[in-house]
Amino acid sequence: MFEVTTTHYLVVSFLLFTIGIFGIAARKNMITVLMSIELVLNSVNINLIAFSYQLSDLTGQIFAIFTITVAAGEAAVGLGILIALFRLRETTMLDGAVELKG
Amino acid sequence: MTFLTAHGSDLLFYLFAALTIAGGIGVVTMRNPMYGAISLLLSFLSVAALFLLRSAEFLGMVQIFVYGGGIMVLFLFVIMLVNLHRLPEIKLFGGQSPLAAVVAVLLLAFFGYFLIKFQFGPALVRPEAFVLADGQSLGNSQAVAWNLYTQNLLPFEIASVFLLIAMVGAVVLGRKQ
Amino acid sequence: MRNLLWVIPVLPFLGALLNGFLLRHRIGKKAVAAIACGTVGIAAVLGLLIIFDYLGGPEHAAHQGFEQNLYEWMPAGPLATAADGVKSFTVPMGFLIDPLSAVMLFVVTFVGFWIHVYSVGYMAHDDGFQRFFTYLNLFMGAMLLLVLGNNYVVMFVGWEGVGLCSYLLIGFYYKEDFPPYAGRKAFITNRVGDFGFVLGLFALVSTFGTLRYTELFPRIAANPSLLTGPGHFGLTLAGFIAVCMFVGAMGKSAQIPLYVWLPDAMAGPTPVSALIHAATMVTAGVYMVVRSNVIYQLAPSISMFVAVIGCATAIFAATIGLVQTDIKKVLAYSTVSQLGYMFLAAGLGAYSAAVFHLMTHAFFKALLFLGSGSVIHAMGGEQDMRKMGGLKKHMPKTFWTFVLGSGALAGLPPLAGFFSKDEILHSAAAGGHWILYAVGLITAALTAFYTFRAVNMTFLGEFRGTHEQEHHLHESPPSMTVPLLVLAVGAVFAGFVGLPVEKWNAFHHFLEPVIYRIAGHGAEEHATSALFNLVLLGVAIVVAFGFTFLAFRLYGAARGLSTDVAMERRFPAAHRVLANKYYVDELYDKTVIGGAWALARTLFRFDAGFIDGLLVNGTRNATVSFAMLSGFFDKYVVDGLVNLVATVLDGFSRVFRRLQTGYVSNYALVLAVGMFALVAVYMLIYRG
Repeated sequence: MFEVTTTHYLVVSFLLFTIGIFGIAARKNMITVLMSIELVLNSVNINLIAFSYQLSDLTGQIFAIFTITVAAGEAAVGLGILIALFRLRETTMLDGAVELKG
Repeated sequence: MTFLTAHGSDLLFYLFAALTIAGGIGVVTMRNPMYGAISLLLSFLSVAALFLLRSAEFLGMVQIFVYGGGIMVLFLFVIMLVNLHRLPEIKLFGGQSPLAAVVAVLLLAFFGYFLIKFQFGPALVRPEAFVLADGQSLGNSQAVAWNLYTQNLLPFEIASVFLLIAMVGAVVLGRKQ
Repeated sequence: MRNLLWVIPVLPFLGALLNGFLLRHRIGKKAVAAIACGTVGIAAVLGLLIIFDYLGGPEHAAHQGFEQNLYEWMPAGPLATAADGVKSFTVPMGFLIDPLSAVMLFVVTFVGFWIHVYSVGYMAHDDGFQRFFTYLNLFMGAMLLLVLGNNYVVMFVGWEGVGLCSYLLIGFYYKEDFPPYAGRKAFITNRVGDFGFVLGLFALVSTFGTLRYTELFPRIAANPSLLTGPGHFGLTLAGFIAVCMFVGAMGKSAQIPLYVWLPDAMAGPTPVSALIHAATMVTAGVYMVVRSNVIYQLAPSISMFVAVIGCATAIFAATIGLVQTDIKKVLAYSTVSQLGYMFLAAGLGAYSAAVFHLMTHAFFKALLFLGSGSVIHAMGGEQDMRKMGGLKKHMPKTFWTFVLGSGALAGLPPLAGFFSKDEILHSAAAGGHWILYAVGLITAALTAFYTFRAVNMTFLGEFRGTHEQEHHLHESPPSMTVPLLVLAVGAVFAGFVGLPVEKWNAFHHFLEPVIYRIAGHGAEEHATSALFNLVLLGVAIVVAFGFTFLAFRLYGAARGLSTDVAMERRFPAAHRVLANKYYVDELYDKTVIGGAWALARTLFRFDAGFIDGLLVNGTRNATVSFAMLSGFFDKYVVDGLVNLVATVLDGFSRVFRRLQTGYVSNYALVLAVGMFALVAVYMLIYRG
């Protein structure tokens, strides 16, 4: 199993994905959560590329581009929300986002 | 020496895979978000390397540019913007982190099950697929560009609209009331 | 002609309908009188015509009666086969003309008609004039049903009808206290008797399955053994039936012990006393016994019982009549006494003698009552003889007719009563019943005595009333005196149809077809020698004249009331007993009436206390309990359910509230888990 096959890449992808999910669920700092989201998206990209290579299909890479695009947009917006929330609650902890009114 | 020649890419893979995972773990476990951001950057770069190993050269570059150069900068700006105070996190892994851990384990188990079940055949049967652009074998970038502008034009345009929306949204959200 | 038989009872009913309903308060007194008297008069004439038609017809020649059935009134279908093999029980609405009913028809309509005429004058000033004649006509209709019916059921309808009319007419002056009471007394006493009568009818039905005379009597005569077998209460069946029916006769014809209503019935207007309580209704019992003679002949012990009761009643009532001071009461007790004579005769099997006496009694007793009415009318309503006297010169017509009636009652020859009474005494003597004869003879003596006592006290001597009464004295108008004269003619001459000599006794022969003679049973005619008869006749004449003379002596002109006063002083106890009518009414009050009231009170207490208590309280308790149960149910069950729903919802909401934590991390995790689950399901089920 030393030889690297698609399976190895998938393992990486899955690991990263799991770590990312864990980060989203377990961490209280909003910034860390956003970063964990980026991890998840990255894991997806790895997966796509792995299969693109496996199937000799360019579609995987194209899809990955779009994923990156979306990730970027989402990161921007997420950070914007964070700024807004920070202005409101003076903290980046998710505890401040529990009771949101108005 | 021949071992390196023969299995050089494999070794590189293992290296960068480990770095990716390490970076990921770093993001999730670091208390200070700044350190977490650096960790993330490491992860990004490693992922870019992984891309390169799999004949996705264009994508690797894009990864570095966008993620490393754009998103990370963004993150760092924001961290520095909000990090003016001390960050007392009372408990790093409190609340539902046990539950999250359980879920993570379950996820891994699930993925593991499928990994074991499915066997993939030889990869990259047609390497020319990645460099074919307009019938000519030019390079990966050209291939990707040709594909984007012909076959996947619509998603491309939509992506651009999406970026516009995100931009506007971010501006609106960041406004001072 | 004879087919118009049904018209006879219908006519008076028609009169009652007109006067009572259709033309009530709409016509004047003359019209009322015309309708009332007219219907009865036409009925009387029609009756005579039909009687003559019958007498000349084939049925009479064959010793049968003429029957006319209008319709089958109660076609009750076949009963179990009767004892002699005949099935089916029907009761027709039908009438019968035979010698017996002919006699009754004649008496009822003739006397009835003249009493109607008399009433026109007597009731002229009364407000209830129309009502009176309605009731009187109603009575006539019922009485005619009674005597003309061809079966016991029609007779019973008439029986009850005359009882009802008796009640209505006794209580005619309803605004006073006593008349309604007297009416009730009469009706209830009658009803006691009727109970027995009906029992007898039931027994007849169950044995023979028919109540028609022409079916029933021949069958009884043909199979006497059916009735001579054991019946109930130790009597033969015939005896049971006979005594039951006689109980009815006791009530209707005022014999001991059910006579108590008749003296009190004098509270009604005098024409009522004359018609109902002298001439017709009270004789219904005698008619019934004579009609049923075949049954009585098969029950000799009961027949003897009938005779004894009749005899006892005769003397009992006569003794009471001796001390009465009310003129109508004297006549009332006299009626009871004479009815006793009739039952004495019937019980001894001398049925024709009984009917003969019935007929003559109808004439002279009606005459006497009407005469007393005339006197009362002249006296302005006074009935006490002690306040009368010397009325002879003021009302001669009344006086002389009254004397003739009294003579007939006393049994003075050649007046009617002599012949009929003598025949009864003769039958007693001829049958060897010497005690009965003796008692009857004594009664005859007493009868003569008290009758002429009354005559003397009323008409002779000095007037003992007030001055206003004396001024008011006058002879009655023709509407009242003419009937007196007519009836007086009857009282004088009616006796001649029943001469004591056998072959000249037309009446006896006339009634022969109606009397059954069953071999081995029944009273055979005893042949008596001419000497025997003559001796009897002589004794009767001597007794009658003797006591009449005695009465004149003791109560005549100069004596006035002194004899009464002297008698009272010499025999105070006896006088008191007689004056109080042997305290019989008081005895009944304490026993029967008192018992009835006690029972009523007990039942009332039971009803009011127990039933009401049970019902009312029970209902109350039940309702209250039910309400409480309802309340509990509502409070605990219904409300409990409501609360339960709320609690359940609350529980659920507690659980589901935890979904909304507000923590984004929670949501993210749940999201991840959900997604994971979906994918897992998809992958595992579809196998990728």
